[in-house]
Amino acid sequence: MKIGLKITAIVLLVYVHTAGLLMDVPRLNILNETIRALYFHVPMWFGMVLLYVGSVYYAIKYLRNPSHELDVKAEAFAHVGTAFGVLGMITGMLWANYTWGSPWHGDPKQNGAAIALLVYLAYFVLRGSLDNPEQRARLSAVYNIFAFAAMIPLIFIIPRLTSSMHPGSGGNPGFNAYDLDSRMRWVFYPAVAGWFLVGLWIADLRIRFGQIAEKLK
Amino acid sequence: MKHVITLLHKEFILELRRKSVVAGLGLYLFSLIFICYLTFSLRQQAINENTWSALFWLVILFSVVNSVAKSFIGERKGVFIYLYSVASPQHIIIAKMLYNSLLAFLLSVAGYVLFAVFIFNPVRDQLLFVVLLLLTSTGFSVSLSLISGIASKANNSNVLMAVLSFPVVISILLMAVRTTGNVLNGLERAASYDELLNLLAINCIAGALAYILFPYIWRS
Repeated sequence: MKIGLKITAIVLLVYVHTAGLLMDVPRLNILNETIRALYFHVPMWFGMVLLYVGSVYYAIKYLRNPSHELDVKAEAFAHVGTAFGVLGMITGMLWANYTWGSPWHGDPKQNGAAIALLVYLAYFVLRGSLDNPEQRARLSAVYNIFAFAAMIPLIFIIPRLTSSMHPGSGGNPGFNAYDLDSRMRWVFYPAVAGWFLVGLWIADLRIRFGQIAEKLK
Repeated sequence: MKHVITLLHKEFILELRRKSVVAGLGLYLFSLIFICYLTFSLRQQAINENTWSALFWLVILFSVVNSVAKSFIGERKGVFIYLYSVASPQHIIIAKMLYNSLLAFLLSVAGYVLFAVFIFNPVRDQLLFVVLLLLTSTGFSVSLSLISGIASKANNSNVLMAVLSFPVVISILLMAVRTTGNVLNGLERAASYDELLNLLAINCIAGALAYILFPYIWRS
């Protein structure tokens, strides 16, 4: 990863943490100051989905043209994506505790996200239970693609069909029309970019680690 | 197409030759339902309709997972090698998916009848419910056929089968439970069209993916 991107990530996140905590936010009922969690909770899900897309992309590339490097990449992206998902879950539960009244509310999006995490945890179980590296790479690539396709309806379609307390579901307007005041955009989009770049950075470290481990074998 | 029919024919012949497997599946289904009956000491509508739907789908899910799991798990290595040399992977997966769908549909209908006999039958719109059973059983078997192929390559296939399959079939299950809710509440048919269409779409996606991806797992 280019050094420029790493510096951008650091600068963006420093900006997000200061501006996110200090800048003025709209006063909304119930939400009040907790709306600042938007800068930390939502970017986790953006990051998770983008990293999983990266993982699936490398899985497809692996099936077309098998190489150890692509397998390492697919696994690294899935790993970091899962970490982002867990963080998104924790920040969401924290936020829900103050706005909805309890950490786990059975909200369809919350359940869908939990299932999506289960899918990728199953992916790691699959990887762990195959010994032959070539077979492990191929089968996990197949499962990765299949599971990703099964995950999309969970996160993007089913919550929209039923009533959910997340914005953008069950007839609620998406968050663009609803709670994203134009001042918040100045922090929110840099936050998404910054967190995603950090995700790429961690994935990059894991990939390099995997490649060195392969060379040493 | 001819190859698919030949393979399908082979599945039926093999299944009829090993009647104990089918009998085992039927007995499994029966015992699950009987346990539900005994533990809830039912009969006089002791459970409400939500519980009925939850019990029903749990029973169907477990018996279908078991029946589809055996499509690749537990086959001998020699059979794989023979099939590999005589048939293309696309034909094999289509035949397996068709066969498994049929088996799963039969199991679901049998489960439904047994539920009606032992517990009770709150379903008002029978036709819609049977269509739902058909869609869910194809959905289950389409996605589980591929998962079974993956799991059969690992050492602890049975555990892996459960772990890999439940997250994948859960979207189908959610749709099924929602439609069942509509049916049990006596809503009109049009209220469930959305869910049925969704199920059909999920089936198509899963089927297409299984068709594309299966050759890669078949090679090893």
